[in-house]
Amino acid sequence: MIREQFRILVFNLASGIGEFVLLDGRDQVAGGSGLAALLYERYGKHDKPWDDEGQPLIFTIGPLTGYFPLMSKTVCGFRSSYHNEYTESHGGGRTALALQFCNLDALVIVGKARRLSCLYVANRRLELKDVEFMRGMNADNAGKLLRRIFKGGSGHRSILRIGPSGEICSSMACINVDTYRHFGRMGGGATMGAKNLKGIVIHGEGDLELPAGKEYLKVYQEVYDKVTSTDMMRKYHNLGTAENLQTLNDIESLPWLNLQKTTDPGIAQVTGKVFADETLLRNGACAGCPVGCIHIGYIREKAKLDNRYHYHQVAYDYEPIFAVGTMLGVTDAFGVLRILDEIEKVSLDAMSAGVALAWATEAAARGLVSENETLIPLSFGEVEHYRQAAIHLGRGTNEFYRLLGQGTLKAAKVYGGEEFACVLGQEMAGYATGELYFAAQTLGFRHSHLDTGAYSYDQKHTEKDVEKAVEFLMADEPGRALLTSMVSCLFARAVYSDAQLAACLKSVGYTTLAENMDHVSENIRQLRWRVRAATGFRPENFSIPKRFTQVKTWKGRVDPAYMTELKEEYGRRIMALIDAGEKDS
Amino acid sequence: MKTLTTPRMEQCIGCHSCSLACARLVHRRLSWSTAGIRITSSGGLSTGFVAIRCLACDPAPCAAACPTGAFKQREGGGVIVRKKLCIQCGKCVTACPVDAVFQSAQGDVFVCIHCGRCVDFCPQNCLEMREVTELDEVLL
Repeated sequence: MIREQFRILVFNLASGIGEFVLLDGRDQVAGGSGLAALLYERYGKHDKPWDDEGQPLIFTIGPLTGYFPLMSKTVCGFRSSYHNEYTESHGGGRTALALQFCNLDALVIVGKARRLSCLYVANRRLELKDVEFMRGMNADNAGKLLRRIFKGGSGHRSILRIGPSGEICSSMACINVDTYRHFGRMGGGATMGAKNLKGIVIHGEGDLELPAGKEYLKVYQEVYDKVTSTDMMRKYHNLGTAENLQTLNDIESLPWLNLQKTTDPGIAQVTGKVFADETLLRNGACAGCPVGCIHIGYIREKAKLDNRYHYHQVAYDYEPIFAVGTMLGVTDAFGVLRILDEIEKVSLDAMSAGVALAWATEAAARGLVSENETLIPLSFGEVEHYRQAAIHLGRGTNEFYRLLGQGTLKAAKVYGGEEFACVLGQEMAGYATGELYFAAQTLGFRHSHLDTGAYSYDQKHTEKDVEKAVEFLMADEPGRALLTSMVSCLFARAVYSDAQLAACLKSVGYTTLAENMDHVSENIRQLRWRVRAATGFRPENFSIPKRFTQVKTWKGRVDPAYMTELKEEYGRRIMALIDAGEKDS
Repeated sequence: MKTLTTPRMEQCIGCHSCSLACARLVHRRLSWSTAGIRITSSGGLSTGFVAIRCLACDPAPCAAACPTGAFKQREGGGVIVRKKLCIQCGKCVTACPVDAVFQSAQGDVFVCIHCGRCVDFCPQNCLEMREVTELDEVLL
């Protein structure tokens, strides 16, 4: 049966004790993004910094998790080391279904373990284990060892872990999920590191009774047919998101060489088709997703003597390829995977790491930093040097890399080069589509390209109508917030129309939610921004570096004045939303 | 008599759609455990997946071990399950040499009944219903 109340496990790492809490609010915040914000409001310390022991690390799922295809993601809410404000990161893998089958809507982790530890959560077992011996261990080996330490449950457990970057509290540290997925952005790995938490194993073997009658089965079949028998998800199933590389290069919107260019003939060596034809080893899926967008390539390494080889598997997507490929001038598909392999091991967010190293490369070329800082010569296209640089960045080898790991702009403030730091709230995603996208990522809730459809708007509109463009952002956000409260993969946003979502909710018994989706989505949006504002958000905290004013897209040169107006208007609308929400609450 | 086979597991992507379909359609549950087919990774995600399911033994050791007749030999291999007769003793679980019988925390047992309802929900075409007489070997 559905859980009308949220069932939450609150685990205190300091005491080693967990407590189950039942919480109202299903019809107001749904779950996922809404629930994470609700829980941060309840357990977060608004007046304390991100690394205060009392700050919660929150994982939430939604009312439709596991009930329907692609309702397969988990929301991670925390106060970010990157900007010391509340944020969210979304991850796939098996975490969502493992939590569901532990009969949990959320896992809230508070306190700090005395020594490096791993938390094990299962239906009938709850344990905090000392793993101090794993300090400094890379994410790949950490996964292998945690599988050995916590035996049983293969296929039905999710293993979250951090690498060395999380342990040193790098703001670019991700949380690795089940080897090939991540809570990637905004430094969730640092929050685990600050808590002395190396890993979290969630093993769910429970089950839930389904509603009587045929309606649920009928609606499930409709959704399943849409995702598997139509072209709606074909892009993700076929070449995957890497298909976008050629597309964005063609419309002069693909960042190259630290965004010095937006198109380059070198694309021919790093298209989605090249990756598929030459490097793709196999495919994978998040639990509960029949689409299977995970593309896993391979790298083959030769030992020093004779014909002795070993191989390693590396997942790829559009974003990581942009970040360590085109952004770094690497036009060798296997070279891209080799850099990604090191980034995975130290458990950095690939997008942030690639963009940071692109800035460091240009800073080195301009003489702002030398090999005293970078330790190895950095120049665009040099795969082996970038592999080493990724390790230095992930392990924080010297002061330069430790500072860079806190954010490219923080390093640029010390060494110079703020004007060419490709940072829009956080290191940019791979969409140099134009003014609206740059403004939207700068002020978006997660500083993510998925906060709104701004990059899509840029590709369809040439007119410069500030009000219309910002209205698009404002109107687009609540629907996405509702989807990430279900918690759907946003790749399925075309499948889960409002009508489809309502039918799904009704069929499993969430009738009130289904009938109030507009109100609930707006409520979730307001709650998220209210929580973020309580932790310090102001639009003026974020600016758009000069490099973004020099970009040329298919529409021509970016118009700096238009971009400034867009950012100001978007910021004004967000603050108005926050003010209205505070009055209502 | 057809039985469920898993001849193309190398194509499996680990989505668990088969388990979820069995639990949903046969047992009216939302689960990846209380199902007749369950997917495990074969040593971490980098090594692919294995389907844990009834291999249609004939005679079936689980049926022989059942003290109440809740598990009865099925023609062509496997078992017919009569839930009302089950006393949740778990003898079938230990009798199965390939761990194909799952016992839930509540004591209920779940095993593949070779109905084939999971087959259409595999997006990778890993599963197939085949006549026993057509099989040269057990297809894993």
